[in-house]
Parts: sequence; C-alpha cells; structure tokens
Amino acid sequence: MTDTVSSADVRAILGAGGYRAALEWIARRAEAFVIPFAALVVGMVLFSLFIALVGKSPVQLYETMWRGGFGSWFSIQNSLSRGAPLLLAALCVALPARLGLVVIGGEGAIVLGGVAAAAIGVALAGAPSFIVILAMGVAGMAAGGIWIGAVGALRHYRAVNETISSLLMAYIAIALMNQLVEGPLRDPASLNKPSTQPLADIYRVGNIPGMEVHWGLAVGVVACVLSWVLIEKTRWGFAARIAGGNVRAAQVQGLAVGPLIVGFTALAGGFAGLAGMLEVAAVQGSANGSLAAGYGYTGILIAFLARHNPLAIIPVAILLGGIDASGGLIQRRMDLPDATVLVLQGMLFIVILFSETFYGRFKAFNPDLWQRAS
Amino acid sequence: MDATDIGLWGVPLAILGGAIRVSTPFIFVSLGEAITERSGRINLGLEGTLVFGAMTAYAVAVMTNSPWPGLLAAAAAGLCFGLFHGWICKFSKVNDIAIGIALMLFGSGLAFFFGKPFIKPKAPNLPAIPFGAWSDIPQVQAALDVNVLFLIGAALSLVLWWAFRNTRAGLIVRVVGDSSDAARAMGLNPNRVRLLATGVGGALAGIGGAYLSLYYPGSWTERISSGQGLMAVALVIFARWNPLGCFAAALLFGGAGALGPALQSVGVTQGYYLFYAAPYILTLVIMIATSSPTRSLAGAPGELSITK
Repeated sequence: MTDTVSSADVRAILGAGGYRAALEWIARRAEAFVIPFAALVVGMVLFSLFIALVGKSPVQLYETMWRGGFGSWFSIQNSLSRGAPLLLAALCVALPARLGLVVIGGEGAIVLGGVAAAAIGVALAGAPSFIVILAMGVAGMAAGGIWIGAVGALRHYRAVNETISSLLMAYIAIALMNQLVEGPLRDPASLNKPSTQPLADIYRVGNIPGMEVHWGLAVGVVACVLSWVLIEKTRWGFAARIAGGNVRAAQVQGLAVGPLIVGFTALAGGFAGLAGMLEVAAVQGSANGSLAAGYGYTGILIAFLARHNPLAIIPVAILLGGIDASGGLIQRRMDLPDATVLVLQGMLFIVILFSETFYGRFKAFNPDLWQRAS
Repeated sequence: MDATDIGLWGVPLAILGGAIRVSTPFIFVSLGEAITERSGRINLGLEGTLVFGAMTAYAVAVMTNSPWPGLLAAAAAGLCFGLFHGWICKFSKVNDIAIGIALMLFGSGLAFFFGKPFIKPKAPNLPAIPFGAWSDIPQVQAALDVNVLFLIGAALSLVLWWAFRNTRAGLIVRVVGDSSDAARAMGLNPNRVRLLATGVGGALAGIGGAYLSLYYPGSWTERISSGQGLMAVALVIFARWNPLGCFAAALLFGGAGALGPALQSVGVTQGYYLFYAAPYILTLVIMIATSSPTRSLAGAPGELSITK
C-alpha cells in the first residue's frame, strides 16, 4: 500500500502488464474524489426532497441558486468575494484538524482580528498606506493567532477540550468586540450601528485589477497553497500529521508536540484573524457587529467537505460562497426564508460526515480485494 | 425592573431570581447530556435541538393557543434529533463530535426556516407559581415567581441521581458507557442503549428549548439561544456526570447569566457586554481549573471520546 507514486509504480504502469497496474493506481486515488462527490450529490437530492415537501420546485431552486451564484460574470464575482473570507475561515478548522483537534471557534478570531486591524488602522492614520495596511494585517493575524493559539495551549498543557473552549471563546470575543465598539473604540458619528472610526480611503484594500473582487481572494488562495505546502512538504507538517495520527507515537519519536499544537493553532487563528482584517479593510471600512456574520461556522463545513486538505478548500469555499451569494435571490424569487441556505449546508454537512463510513468499504477502490487473474 | 427603593439589595435578589429563571434550560439540557454521556456518546448537537425545540414549542403553542401541546411537541422534536444522532453515530468512522456540530447548524437552520412566520404572533406562556405572594415588595415577588418547569427539573435531577445508582436501567447505561466490551459480554447491545440514551437526552433538550420560547425570555427569535446548549455540555463535565451536580452547576451558571441584567437594574451600565460574557468566562475558567493533562477525570465514562 504505497501512498505516493514511486518509480516502481511508473515502471509498472509503462511496462507490459501496465494496464492492470494503471487501473489499480486510479482505483486507489478515485476513492478520495468519488465518495465526497457522491455525498455532495446525495445531499443535494435530499435537499430537493425537502424543498418539494415544503411545496416549492427543487428545479427552480437549483436554477436560481446557479443564477445567483455562478450564472453571470457579476454573480461569479460576488461568489468569489464571499468565498475570500471563507477560504481563511476554513483553514482555521483544517490546520488544527490535521493534528487531530476539532476547533470550531474561528468566528472569535475573525471578530477580534477585525477589531485589532481597525484599531491599528485608526491609530496609525497619517502613515504611508502600505505600512498601515501591513500593520493591520499583522495586528489581525496576531489577535486571531493569540486567541486560537490559546485554545491549542489549553488543549495541550491543561487537557481542556478544544471544541468547547474555542466556541466559548468565540462568544467571549463577540462580547469583547461589542464592548470595544460601543465603548473606547466607538466613532461618535456612528449612531444606529456602533462602529469604529472609518478607515481613510487610502488605507482600504482595493480590488484585483479587472475584477470587482477584492485582494482578499488572492490572499486566501495563497494562504491555502502555503498551508498545503506546510502540511505536505515540510517536516513540521510531517510531524503534525504523525501527531494527528497518534500523539504517543509522536512523543516517542521525540517530536515537540506542545509547540507543534500551539504553532498550528496560532497559525490557524492568524488566518481567521486575517479574514477579519480583510472584512474591515476591504468590505466594511470599520469594525462593527457585521464582523460576526457566520463565516467561522461556514468555514467548519468547508473544512470538513474538503477533508481538511488546504488545496481542496479553494473550490469548496468558492462553491459555498456561491451558495451563500444566491441566498438573497432565492429569498426574493421563491419566497423562501433566508435560512434555506443554512438547511442545505446542514444537510450537506451531515451527509459528508456520514460518508466517512464508506471509505475502504468498496471493493472497486481497493485492488487488494480484487480477484487475482490467474 | 426598578430596584431603587430597596437599594443594593436588589442585586442579590435579582441574581437569585435570575438564577432560577435562567438556569432552567441549563438544567434540562445538562441532564439530557448527562444521560447521553453516561452511555458513552457526546452530543454537541443539543444546541441545535434547543433552538429547534424552542421554535416547535412556540409554533405549536401559537396554533393550539396552549403552552402544553407546545411543550410536548418540543420534547418529541428533540427526541427525533436525539434518535437521529444516536442512529448515525453507530456507523464506524462516523465521529460523534463532528455529527454534533453538523446537527447544531442543521437544527438552527431548520428552526429559522420554519420559524419565520412565528416571529410576530404571541404564544401563551407556561405558568409560574408565585412563591413570593407573601411579600409586598415587587422585587421579591418577581424573584420568587418560579416556573413549574424549574420544579420539574429539580425533581428530575433527584430522580436521575437515584436511578443511576439504584435501577437496572441506570446500571445498563453506566455499563455501556464504561465499556462496550463488558456490555456486549453481558448480552447488551451498546448501540441500542446509546440510541435510546441520546434520544432521551434530545427530548430533555427540546423541553429546555420550550422553556426559552414559552417562558423566559418568552418569545421566539433567531437569537433565542446563545450557546446554552454548548455550555450545558461543558457543565456536565464540571458536574462530573452527576445529575445533582448538574442541577447545582446550572444554578451557578444561571446566576452568572443574571449578573449583567441585575447590575443594569441598579444603574451599573459600564461594561454591560463584559457582564454578558460572564457565563462563558465562568465556564471556561471552570474547565481550565478542573481539567488536568496527567490524570483522567474522576467519574468519566470510559467510552467517552472527549475524555479519552
């Protein structure tokens, strides 16, 4: 059972009896694509049944969803914009997951990252714009990194369950943001919706040239690629995967599991904090209650759909961004509540988790079970 | 609430009254979770069950114009969610914690989906018993207005505490929770016991949700639960899976939740949002204080993934 393509594999594929070897090679890799894809389809079929049961047309719903998410250049750009924070929010779940941790409080890191970035942006007013934007990014990453890094540290050094602690800390973070935005950081001019002082235009993050999509999308994609390299191609990633498989084995090997866990969770939180910074610098222009928009929770779903593979996060986040973007159109065109999208997400989530049970069960994906041709 | 006429006495009184009012959903959710966790599974989805229970109870109460069918419907809905969790977790490689997170999102989504038409209408409330009728002071009366569900919850925690020790059913749940192998050797089917335990846990969480929408705060909105279901899970660990401990911990959490409004009622408005975070901070501090990397928790069910 090799996991990578060795030269022996290549020789076998190219050799005389290569047909069977090639088939085996494809079969082993097909599982990771076929099962999630089939789960996605099953989830969408179940959702069609649900929509039919409440008396609406599933065909019209998916058509509207397509039109709202990907049907035109305008809607594609809208989906990409919504996908940008989701990429980073999903990394906040996927990176700790490779170490065997289920961190679900990315929302807290997003919120605090946004507040920290807004505070720095206002404090540094007058400085050159690239310095301010850089400082905002660093502040956002630091705030998010400390927040989720603390979750990792509590997990490793105090054995505090990271799932519950991260969610509790998300609620605490939102309360902290409300306190800061209503109190010391409040812009007196923001009457109805308490906000920090608006950033000057030169400190805003703009759009990618030729598109109505802000630079956050590029940042998110780069973050995903870097995370993939970190996990798959570096020794830290290798160590993390060992620790995620078996902590004791990793400790026997002399790996410093503590710093590894704190480092990975801090980086994960840093990415979520960066998402908050981008929401402030590219979308909102100031920090306010809109930061807690639920990106952190959609990120959990995306990470699980992508099976915690940072490269797979990119298409999944854009798909979910599209589904999110079509929510408004579904609401208007079909007279369905805005929570329709949430129901779809919940169904997909359950089906995807259920599909885990099918890995290794199908003979077609496991050449070891094939009958040996005599 | 105006507490100026009895001065600062209003604060402890409001916290006491608040503790009784706010703690009731915690009592039901944590008792339900205690049963589930004693059987060796963890259901993080109770947060979603709570929200869906709140919506169901409110909708049925509006339609029937009586709170009791609402309460029953919420328990039935919670039972369905619990049974679903219990069923799906019996398959190999299906992670109970992750399924819980999914059900949390799904339950809330479904509740918001069906609950939209019920945000406006007013539902009849669950009745309360005025234990403070002897007093002329309105604050005392308000604090001692105790809902029947609180009393039922208190009685239930006593019954469960007794039942875990002294009944055959209690023993079966504990055996399954401590060792699947031992249970199988006794001829028990661990998956079936866990299915029922998770189902009952869900039903209790549904009742907790009914309390939210039918008594306090007593209306259906999309922000009706703010993590009570999750805090209840943490609370069960703190209470060491002991139903009486769950009751005490729920009161403590209720008191922490009432701190903000109580201080606000006497005119302390500084740091309102931070007081609002008090229950979360308290939960976190307790979790940090009671967890340890070197020893496993006393009384923890052996099959529980969260403490393994």
